[in-house]
Amino acid sequence: MREVLRAVWAYRYFIISSIKTEFRSRFVRSKLGAVWMILHPLAQVLVYALILSQIMTAKLPGVATQYAYPIYILSGIIGWTLFAEILSKSLNIFISNANLLKKISFPKLALPLITIGTALVNFTIFLVMMFIVFGFLGHLPIHALQWIPILTLLTLTLALGIGLFLGTLNVFIRDIGQFMEIALNFWFWLTPVVYMMSIVPQKYHVLFMLNPMTGIVLGFQNVLLYDKAPDLSILIYPTLFAITSMILAMIVFYKAREEMADVL
Amino acid sequence: MNNVLEVKNISKSFKDYSSEWARVFSWFGLKVKPLEEHHILRDINFNIAHGEAVGIVGENGAGKSTLLKMITGTLNPSKGTIQINGRISAILELGMGFHPDLTGRQNVYHSAGLMGFTHEQIEAVMDEIEAFAEIGDYFDQPVRTYSSGMQMRVAFAVATMYRPEILIVDEALSVGDAYFQHKSFERIRAFQKEGTTLLIVSHDRGAIQAICDRAILLEQGSVLKDGEPEAVMDFYNALIAQKENSSITQVETEDGKVQTISGTGEVQLEEISLINTKDEKIEYIAVGEEVTLNIKVKVNKLVPQMVVGYMIKDRLGQPIFGTNTHHYKQVIENPKEGSKIEFNFGFCMNLGVGSYSVTIAIHADDTHLSSNYEWQDQALVFNVVNTSKEEFVGSSWLKQKVEVKYVN
Repeated sequence: MREVLRAVWAYRYFIISSIKTEFRSRFVRSKLGAVWMILHPLAQVLVYALILSQIMTAKLPGVATQYAYPIYILSGIIGWTLFAEILSKSLNIFISNANLLKKISFPKLALPLITIGTALVNFTIFLVMMFIVFGFLGHLPIHALQWIPILTLLTLTLALGIGLFLGTLNVFIRDIGQFMEIALNFWFWLTPVVYMMSIVPQKYHVLFMLNPMTGIVLGFQNVLLYDKAPDLSILIYPTLFAITSMILAMIVFYKAREEMADVL
Repeated sequence: MNNVLEVKNISKSFKDYSSEWARVFSWFGLKVKPLEEHHILRDINFNIAHGEAVGIVGENGAGKSTLLKMITGTLNPSKGTIQINGRISAILELGMGFHPDLTGRQNVYHSAGLMGFTHEQIEAVMDEIEAFAEIGDYFDQPVRTYSSGMQMRVAFAVATMYRPEILIVDEALSVGDAYFQHKSFERIRAFQKEGTTLLIVSHDRGAIQAICDRAILLEQGSVLKDGEPEAVMDFYNALIAQKENSSITQVETEDGKVQTISGTGEVQLEEISLINTKDEKIEYIAVGEEVTLNIKVKVNKLVPQMVVGYMIKDRLGQPIFGTNTHHYKQVIENPKEGSKIEFNFGFCMNLGVGSYSVTIAIHADDTHLSSNYEWQDQALVFNVVNTSKEEFVGSSWLKQKVEVKYVN
């Protein structure tokens, strides 16, 4: 384990330059360049904020502003986007880098770190854009901001754990990747991002809480909408889930790593 | 411990399972028998010492790439161990990981990073890389605007930015323009002088014999020959020409060289000699002397047609001149069984001073690759000496007319 970490550390420059490359190559041929990095999330935020605020004007209990619903959606969507981006990229991480893995010897674990780095940059820009829009809407939730890094770390671990576990298996059994693409769609609608837990019948609440993303999304909503600390009791289960999946991912990856290049 | 590379009992097989789930279960100790096991390499053993230059040859599918991939570490052996002392750099896939939209410079940072170098290490040699690649302003242009030769130049410059302990060179090197080929070979040679071990994969006999001091022949996943490059290459050549019921033998000649004889044996070489104008057999020939290469063969079995060819090689085994009777429209049709036939090739010995050998090939068509009756390396050895010409160097003699005069 220590050796693996040392190898990854030796590749820190490659990881950083790969993250840069990832963004650079995306915008290098456009005139506006890096501005697009901001415009994309801004547009997404505005769509929710402007359009939904006109259609769904119903106020949420305990929230003063008339923009309650768009803020609600944005608070949840930022957590979900981070989760979904890392999970779906990790699923194909070895397959899409097959050429590199087959021909150059480098620590494979550098790849997920690049994915995380890229996702974190996207997340940060999204967060900043969101706060700017929040400011215009007269909503500045700054009292529980210290919880954002913790929630982010939890989301990262969960997404990477599940993603690497299934992504390793996906090298051998490609149906897993296809299946997960569909499953991720259902997963989104089974997580209270667009709708509120209150519209879910009480008897199904237990089932909803089995979804590790429910607790995390509720946490993001607590911090960003209600401006208060997340309910720690509902974060215990996602934390255990994340750690377990991460351990499983490491075990499967360790077992598979020798045969991986054979079938890529 | 003078070995930089120790390959011990390496075997590699790819396993096919009835279901991929069975493979997954097998990692966790469940005894699942693979449906099929393809053995790519079996029991490979060799050590390579510090500073050696070793050529790896073999037909396509012999397992060369698999072996190299295991040495570079992208594949893991199924059995056995590979011990490496020092950094390996591989010129296998030049330009791997280059991004078309980034500039040459940005790609250098990226792909050198992929090789594990730090930003400072790359920065320190960036000017050197730029100078070596010699692509001018293109270095700061996106790689997508490069020709494949330019991409090769940058990639080679990156792969050899620091001297590695072991350098693996694939055929890839033979692409690109002649000028850069020379330049890159020079760098490889310079590395070798400083102690880098070379591992060269090539079908190019000339390259192997010019650079390597040892060659390893792989055939169907096993080491078939391991030794002096000329002998191994001769054997490899014979192997390519090998047909059913053909035999290959290698015998050691008096001067310690290994002579390879192969072929199906329908026609055999009886006698070979160089004859001067006075009809004497000679071994020492003066530069420019008129000689005749006399070859006598015996037809053991009826064959449809027969071509006899010869090749003169220098002491490093590099081809100097070769031709055959096919090119001179002297193909013999249906030679009678038991008959003896004599061939005479007359020419002036316009070669440089040195020792040469003659390889003989007797076959049906214009190359020895189909129906090879007999192939004999070093069937004859002769020496060229300078007795009457002005002093000169090199492997050939060009008749000179030298004129010197003042122009003002």
